[in-house]
Amino acid sequence: MSESAFMGFVHRRRRGAELFLLVLSLVVGVGAYACVGIGTEGKVPTDIIRYGGWLTLLIVACHVTIRLTAPYADPVLLPVVSALNGLGLAMIHRIDHARNTDYASSQLLWMTLGVVLFIGVLWLLRDHRRLQAYTYTSGLAAIVLLLLPLVPGVGREVLGARIWIQVGGLSFQPGEVAKLLLVVAFAGYLVVHRDALALAGRHVLFVDLPRGRDLGPILVMWLISLGVLVFQNDLGSSLLFFGLFLVMLYVATERPGWLVVGTAMFIGGAYAGYLAVAHVRVRVEGWLDPFGHASAAFQLIQGMYGMAWGGLVGRGLGEGSPYLTPLSWSDFILPSFGEELGLTGVMAIILLYALIVERALRTALVCRDAFGKLLAVGLGVVFALQVFVVIGGVTRLIPLTGLTTPFLSAGGSSLVANWAIIALLLRVSDHARRPPPEMLAAESDDADATQVVSLR
Amino acid sequence: MSELTLLLIRFAYLAVLWIFVLSAVSVIRSDIFGARAARQEAERGTARRPRGRAAKKAKPRRGDPTNVTIVEGGQSGEVVSLAQAPLLIGRGSDAAIRLEDDYVSTRHARIASNDDQWYVEDLGSTNGTYVGSTRITQPTTLTLGSQVRIGKTVLELRK
Repeated sequence: MSESAFMGFVHRRRRGAELFLLVLSLVVGVGAYACVGIGTEGKVPTDIIRYGGWLTLLIVACHVTIRLTAPYADPVLLPVVSALNGLGLAMIHRIDHARNTDYASSQLLWMTLGVVLFIGVLWLLRDHRRLQAYTYTSGLAAIVLLLLPLVPGVGREVLGARIWIQVGGLSFQPGEVAKLLLVVAFAGYLVVHRDALALAGRHVLFVDLPRGRDLGPILVMWLISLGVLVFQNDLGSSLLFFGLFLVMLYVATERPGWLVVGTAMFIGGAYAGYLAVAHVRVRVEGWLDPFGHASAAFQLIQGMYGMAWGGLVGRGLGEGSPYLTPLSWSDFILPSFGEELGLTGVMAIILLYALIVERALRTALVCRDAFGKLLAVGLGVVFALQVFVVIGGVTRLIPLTGLTTPFLSAGGSSLVANWAIIALLLRVSDHARRPPPEMLAAESDDADATQVVSLR
Repeated sequence: MSELTLLLIRFAYLAVLWIFVLSAVSVIRSDIFGARAARQEAERGTARRPRGRAAKKAKPRRGDPTNVTIVEGGQSGEVVSLAQAPLLIGRGSDAAIRLEDDYVSTRHARIASNDDQWYVEDLGSTNGTYVGSTRITQPTTLTLGSQVRIGKTVLELRK
């Protein structure tokens, strides 16, 4: 399938195009900050030079790192991320201003950490295939991370979900990092066992069931993570992991039967959850009839009023009242944008997410090794599902479940993890788009030196 | 600040946002066409040379390798023609060169050519592919007689 791409299809580096887009993305990000100042105080904020300078510095550092370590990487990913991050910072600042909180500066700090991690991943990980060696390690690490919040003393419960850990003054959501590790673990496992999963086994109804020993380890890994999440009351993340597992299994084995089985399992599980868990029932009722359950669905109703007030072109940054919605700076940041930038702005934001997913899938198509393909698909699916679940939730397309909007929401763990995801995607895409072999003459003079078979 | 200015700023900002989105899309678009242009250029390049790829296939140059021979290991002596390149080497059933060797991955490596050179590329195998005594990390050119070791098997390009 990639044979034709391999032979006559040359990708250009496109670093100049990336720089151009980065400049535009900074105009979007810093411009939003200026607009917020104008909308709330009637003047451009005085610290715009400091803020803009810091943002520019971070983005330039990313760009230089890409030029040095991944010259063929995708030119669109970083600018899109930079624009989204800038928009998020501006909106958080805007809500801070109304509520006298200070989430924006900690968000900027987390973004700096995210960028450091991004640069670190690109510098240290020169070939994504190395990660394949850590299949089980990362699977185990993911499960340990997911279990951490349940440990007394370290874990902390916020708003009914026990998904936080607190060490010293820092709180962190380990689940955000776990999703990255799980993608690596799934990809590494499936790439080795996909033939066995697809071919060996019995045929039941219209699905080929694989042998237990092939599916076993991954099923155990996945059930543990799902169980932990359900136990912690984190519905959004369990949905995310379920979908991720299903899509990766489907992509690896090319059996559409998995989707049928998965959807049936999902419908069964969701219905059982609706009957058994009060928490779920509240969410579903709030989704079907928010005005009939006004106290439970207060947040949802506020968000919808906000978006309606924003209309087609919005109130203008700093001129609406998005701060009336609870959590308008994190889970409900999209309705805040809907109020201040209108449908026009929200469509642009959703399109930016679509571009990220498109670039990830494109990378998977172009990539030459199966592990890279699965990794890119997995990371793209994490993004797509997360955006779908959270935006679908706040716009009442599906029942509301708490998940962060990548790069926009206030929340350090999610921001840092997403920067790492983008770094990994860029690493894979650099590998995938690099033109076919720069012919390196093999040294044949030492052909009669001792040859060592590495046995493992 | 007057209402009009605020209105203008609001629309200007939305315009900037969409200009960004549209330029990102246009970079993606030019990425597709850029790649195609590169291929056309490559085709033009081969057309300029009278001995294009097709011509060469019909009449291989003297001194070009024509087959892969297994020189060591359980299947030593087997010969596979290079005519159906690229050749997949591995333990799987779809491999052109199928090796019954525990140290070989299902899809282990690939031998392919780009017009005038042959190279071998490791496909993410467990035990690696060696050219000479070095484990390769990227596609590596092969010349007549260079030995490729995969598991316990050694392959060689021959005339």
